[in-house]
Amino acid sequence: MSTTPIKFYQVGSFAVGNRLLSADDRSIQSDPDRTNALTSGHRACQGCGEALGARYALDAAMRATNEKIIAVNATGCLEVFSTPYPESSWRIAWLHSLFGNAPAVATGVAAALKAQGKSDIRVIGQGGDGATVDIGFGALSGMFERNDDVLYICYDNEAYMNTGVQRSGATPPAARTATTQAVGENPGNVFGQGKNLPRIAMAHEIPYVATATVADLRDLEAKVTKAMSFRGARYIHVLVPCPLGWGSASCDTIKIARLATQSGLFPVFEAEHGEVVASTAIRHRVDVEEYLKLQVRYSHLFSPKRRDDVITHLQSIADKNIARYNLISDESASS
Amino acid sequence: MEKPFAITLSVNSSLANHTGSWRVEKPEYVHRMPPCNNACPAGENIQNWLYIAEDGSYEAAWRALIAENPFPAIMGRVCYHPCQSVCNRAELDEAVGINSVERFLGDHAIEKGWKIPAPAIESGHKVLVIGAGPAGLSAAYHLRSMGHTVIVRDATHAPGGMMRYGIPKYRLPREVLDAEIDRIKDMGVIFEMNTRVDDVHEALNEGFSAVFLAIGAQLSKRAYIPASEAARILDAITVLHDVEDGNQPLLGRKVVVYGGGNTAMDVARTAKRLGAEEAIIVYRRTRDKAPANDEEITEALEEGILVKWLSTVKHAGENSLQIEKMALDADGFPQPTGEFETLEADSLILALGQEVDFSLLGNSADLDTKDGLMPVDSTMMTSHPGIFAGGDMIPADRTVTTGVGHGKKAARNIDAWLRKTSFEKIENKDIVTFDQLNTWYYTDAPHVVRERLEATRRAKDFSEVVKGLDESNALYEARRCMSCGNCFECDNCFGVCPDNAIIKLGPGKGFEINLDYCKGCGICVSECPSSSIVMVPDK
Repeated sequence: MSTTPIKFYQVGSFAVGNRLLSADDRSIQSDPDRTNALTSGHRACQGCGEALGARYALDAAMRATNEKIIAVNATGCLEVFSTPYPESSWRIAWLHSLFGNAPAVATGVAAALKAQGKSDIRVIGQGGDGATVDIGFGALSGMFERNDDVLYICYDNEAYMNTGVQRSGATPPAARTATTQAVGENPGNVFGQGKNLPRIAMAHEIPYVATATVADLRDLEAKVTKAMSFRGARYIHVLVPCPLGWGSASCDTIKIARLATQSGLFPVFEAEHGEVVASTAIRHRVDVEEYLKLQVRYSHLFSPKRRDDVITHLQSIADKNIARYNLISDESASS
Repeated sequence: MEKPFAITLSVNSSLANHTGSWRVEKPEYVHRMPPCNNACPAGENIQNWLYIAEDGSYEAAWRALIAENPFPAIMGRVCYHPCQSVCNRAELDEAVGINSVERFLGDHAIEKGWKIPAPAIESGHKVLVIGAGPAGLSAAYHLRSMGHTVIVRDATHAPGGMMRYGIPKYRLPREVLDAEIDRIKDMGVIFEMNTRVDDVHEALNEGFSAVFLAIGAQLSKRAYIPASEAARILDAITVLHDVEDGNQPLLGRKVVVYGGGNTAMDVARTAKRLGAEEAIIVYRRTRDKAPANDEEITEALEEGILVKWLSTVKHAGENSLQIEKMALDADGFPQPTGEFETLEADSLILALGQEVDFSLLGNSADLDTKDGLMPVDSTMMTSHPGIFAGGDMIPADRTVTTGVGHGKKAARNIDAWLRKTSFEKIENKDIVTFDQLNTWYYTDAPHVVRERLEATRRAKDFSEVVKGLDESNALYEARRCMSCGNCFECDNCFGVCPDNAIIKLGPGKGFEINLDYCKGCGICVSECPSSSIVMVPDK
């Protein structure tokens, strides 16, 4: 993690704010005058992780660029809930074209700004996992390959939520969606398919790739801020739980994101030019079951018959992440 | 404005869309009862003064503290801190060192010479406080703050009661005691020392509107121990009193103390400091059943005090005692075993508890007593209207802090009685438990252990055993408080709301919910570290 650790034993650096810190050391979200890139009145569901993640990320990008950003949005929940005609929740320059072409449009915006000599205005492309991992993947890969000066942020809620929870390339194994029903011998999404986009992005050897979640605000803000210090193609993949699609309580959005990281299922790391340079250690390790059992999309693993084989399989994925990204440091001992 | 082709409506902000209408439940900020506050016999608002101290506002923190208890420096030394025993932080790492922060604030106040202002308005009422111990002094302080004229009468020559004549110097240095009592004097409380009150009723005729009785329990309990004439048997209270007055009692080389309470520990440690080579405590039950505070037992043992658990004194001779070994029966009561041993002893000090000496009250026969104590009603009033009582003489725990609590409670009720109203205490029994906190947000950190004087050194003189924290440690310790049930402005609710429906009101002012946009998701409640927000049905 690239934030400076601050030793306050009451709330440490984990809470959003800390009245004992100097204003400069506080999170951007704790500022009463924060920019609220995505303002109130949007029509996201109760407890929407994506609305939260987008505001966290874009407020940080606004701070980093002196509020000079243009966001290009792919089709998806984020676009639909924020801009039902004629309302908009955006307080930044914002552009929507098609489901699959956001990276290409972002490339075009960046090129236009360059042609006009406006190098101080920065471009952000953003979309859900469907637009990023599946539908806009070709355009995104091209944007990476050309190293266009765009920060692309994927808000990953692991399925096509806007259209009714269909499986995407980012849907995890065993999860139930409308198109991977919990029926048959191997219920839910199959194992061994899907794409790990952060690793694919790294394979393009672009300047900066990072993962983050809505459970660690400080980390997400630091990564967006850092990404804005680079030129060229950058990619941040943010895990944003979806109460509707995951079948979780609306109040548990952050808790679930936290359990995803603490179980090892969602590794939080950053990479520069194709190499992992840092990862966020697990603080209180939990079994994947702790994460799974809060979500109806995994309920078939617990009833009517407990599927220890599947749970073990998911645990092995978490264990592999922990080993691969070195998520258990010597300091994070307690479990 | 001319609109482009196919556009019929002007673009607007989503702020026009009041998503609050989706809500069925709404979050509400609450003040819940932290376990420490609930456990404090003096009714201190601990969480509050720790919160104030956290940013270095020591004077404000101290003033918040003394609103309930005028003796932080004394408390920081002699209170057995029941607050720490129930601290929720103990389940995370270790309890917050509340007592040491209290002491730091108390010492800091003495160092800085902070004063308590005299009341702005005099009520015209005159109240007599009998007994200048913790309960009496606390009552005097609170009554004076409320504007009453207060006269404290006590038979001894210096105020403090058991804080002076019972608690040895090495636990409570007299300059600390004096400093905190002097502050009360400076508020205009009149002390009439060396003045024994023989007749309470006569006092009422002197023009006092109310009386607060706090004469303590100063009579050492006696146990029948067959003894030869030459045996030297003393009682603990007299020994401690004599030491305080500078009359060194003759205890000899080997001293045996009989009893297992705090007084037994104090007198054994005192004997050692007076030069006894050996101080042995004889107690009929086991350590875990001993009434003494565990810290005191530990400190006594560290100083080389020997304890014979499960033993009683059967006979006291000139230079020796006959001890009988005991065994606990199935119900945990000690039963004699018939096994005896002999213990060399130059003197035997009895520390078997204390009783109230009602003879001090003289002609007060119409005040009801029960089982050697004086019962009081819920307003601390005795059977006689206008006469209130508290401290060791009423049925309750006998600690300094309890006495201080009695004094405060009595003062509030006396004040109400004088003003012909009634004092209504706002009860908040919504106690925060550990599982209600979101402890993810609290960093692990053990509490700073106060430095203890090296055990061998301290047993030789009466210098203070437990040292205080310095400022950086005290600040660190205060910041370990998890602020159970009360907002400490961590901004979590403000940050985690997906709908920006939390309004931050600024430092010290907390937050408000913008019900126009709050969808009632409850994330703010789940992510509140201190359980200060609850969901309630929305109508």
